[in-house]
Amino acid sequence: MTAITERQQLAYAERTAAEVRVNVELETDEGMTLNIGPQHPATHGTLRIIAKLDGEQVVWADVAPGYMHRGYEKLVEVRTYPQVTTLVNRIDWLGSFANEVPFILAAEQLMEIEAPRRARHIRTILFEMARLANIVLFLGDLGVQLGAVTPAFYAFRDREHVLDQIEAVTGGRFHPNFDRIGGLKDDLPKGWIADTKAVMVRIRNFCDEIETLLFGNEIFETRTRGVGVVPADVALAYGMSGANLRASGVDWDLRRDGGITGLAHGDLDFKVWTHPDGDSFARCWVRLQETREATKMIDQLCDGLPGGPIMAKVPRIIKVPAGEAYVETENPLGAMGYYVVSKGDLGPFRVKIRSASFNNVSVVPWLLRGVYVPDIITILASLYFILGDIDR
Amino acid sequence: MTDETTATADDAEAPEVDEVNEHQLAVLTDSLGDALVASHVAKGALIVRVTREAWATAHEIARERLGARFFDFLSAIDWMPSPWGRYEDATVDVGLIRPDPANAEIVTGYAGGDTRFQVFSRLVNVRRHTAVVLKVDVPDDDLSVPTITHVYAGANWHERECWEMYGIAFPGHPSLRHLYLPGGFEGHPLRKDFPLLARLVKPWPGIVDVEPMPATAEGAESDTDGEGGDS
Repeated sequence: MTAITERQQLAYAERTAAEVRVNVELETDEGMTLNIGPQHPATHGTLRIIAKLDGEQVVWADVAPGYMHRGYEKLVEVRTYPQVTTLVNRIDWLGSFANEVPFILAAEQLMEIEAPRRARHIRTILFEMARLANIVLFLGDLGVQLGAVTPAFYAFRDREHVLDQIEAVTGGRFHPNFDRIGGLKDDLPKGWIADTKAVMVRIRNFCDEIETLLFGNEIFETRTRGVGVVPADVALAYGMSGANLRASGVDWDLRRDGGITGLAHGDLDFKVWTHPDGDSFARCWVRLQETREATKMIDQLCDGLPGGPIMAKVPRIIKVPAGEAYVETENPLGAMGYYVVSKGDLGPFRVKIRSASFNNVSVVPWLLRGVYVPDIITILASLYFILGDIDR
Repeated sequence: MTDETTATADDAEAPEVDEVNEHQLAVLTDSLGDALVASHVAKGALIVRVTREAWATAHEIARERLGARFFDFLSAIDWMPSPWGRYEDATVDVGLIRPDPANAEIVTGYAGGDTRFQVFSRLVNVRRHTAVVLKVDVPDDDLSVPTITHVYAGANWHERECWEMYGIAFPGHPSLRHLYLPGGFEGHPLRKDFPLLARLVKPWPGIVDVEPMPATAEGAESDTDGEGGDS
């Protein structure tokens, strides 16, 4: 790779800043108010960010979510338990299957049902597949936010193979709606395991490609190292989770530490990656390592897939006994949980949906204070949120 | 008046976690004293109800003495049964239901409660992997709970959401304004007496599918929710 001079870098930064300036709404004596979104392409959906600037520096920032609020917590109250998975699929739409899992596990906990071992393993495979489908796109999209378009095409190319595998099992590329209370809707199709292992090799190659293309790139390093640093205590106080928390040096992964019995992570040998820096680079790097780790997990699960039924004995009409249960799993975006309050009806009485991006993005007003305008985009990209996961 | 309604969990199920939770509960009881109203330990979860005056203190204690530095979430529950009914319970389209005040008996969940609204939060110790759920009663004549933003900065957005969705104020919050809803929105959507308008103006399309067949009026009913039990 040809070396990039400092002048070229500066010119690049200026060009990015000029692009951003198009969005400037008003200019006053006290500085400028920069309005990013709700339709700005860098915000992964319709999120609005208002930043007050002093020159090129942000002095105050606020986030205005809600453009996509669909009121799932209200809608869930008028649905039966099996109907809820259809809804919650749409929360984090890139890793849909992972959204269903904590809700199903909470309902299973209340009903005191345990899915058979094979169902737990296949569930975990699909759970990690959802992570791949989600994070592979993040790794590609990361380049786009920094002006490098090529990684995005690689990401879309290789993610399609993951989606094909999900589709082969569930029938849906994006919204599987496959998890059931007490097991899964169906078993794996014939020949699926061999295909999946081939896809895992492709994804590992993709990770290597991205690492050489992006992580070794000087511009990428300059624009992410030391930018948007979140110390561990701030990350914890804001409830940041997933790779964002581990990039701040907190060694906490619900797959290892959650004690979740409905998934098979306990049978697996995997490493939880952390990074001490807490900057944008660390967040991206941890996600890259996690993608590799997820492919290894799927390989292990495919090798040791137990036989047996995929569905426990479940009553035909599902009534969940009265009680309260909270189950939280390590979803692609971070810790996602459902606080299910049941009164013994066909549907839940109240469901509090704890989505990862809501907490992850609530740190943005704190984080953007003092950063420079072009860094806003890299910080938002590295925090990695899905709008549906903020607004629910 | 520590009204201990501790339900002992099934010991054979997860004895280790319960031991941990009993220890956590002992620490909280020791620090909070009378401010701890009720508690519940079951299925690896610890739920503690505190008085409104001790709400912020309880969070400080949870952070300092239980090491629960991770702020998970804060939200509220409206324990009043929905006066609008639940449409999925009906096998045919029931149309508009008028609120029925006689059907409004409030039954609260774990760790009890005396009021219609309860605010609850969950805090996690990420080193020892323990968690605690704190609950507080919110009296109807004064819908407010002290803020905890000075303890956990992340509570900011959660309290704003709770305020607009339930109408519960958080005195001391730095800027209690709308998060999701537009500024002039009237009402509090997550309250049970707030009607889900989409359901009131249009019948639930799913009901059309489960309308009993003329010949087998009995058997068709059970197809509504049988999706999960096909094994």
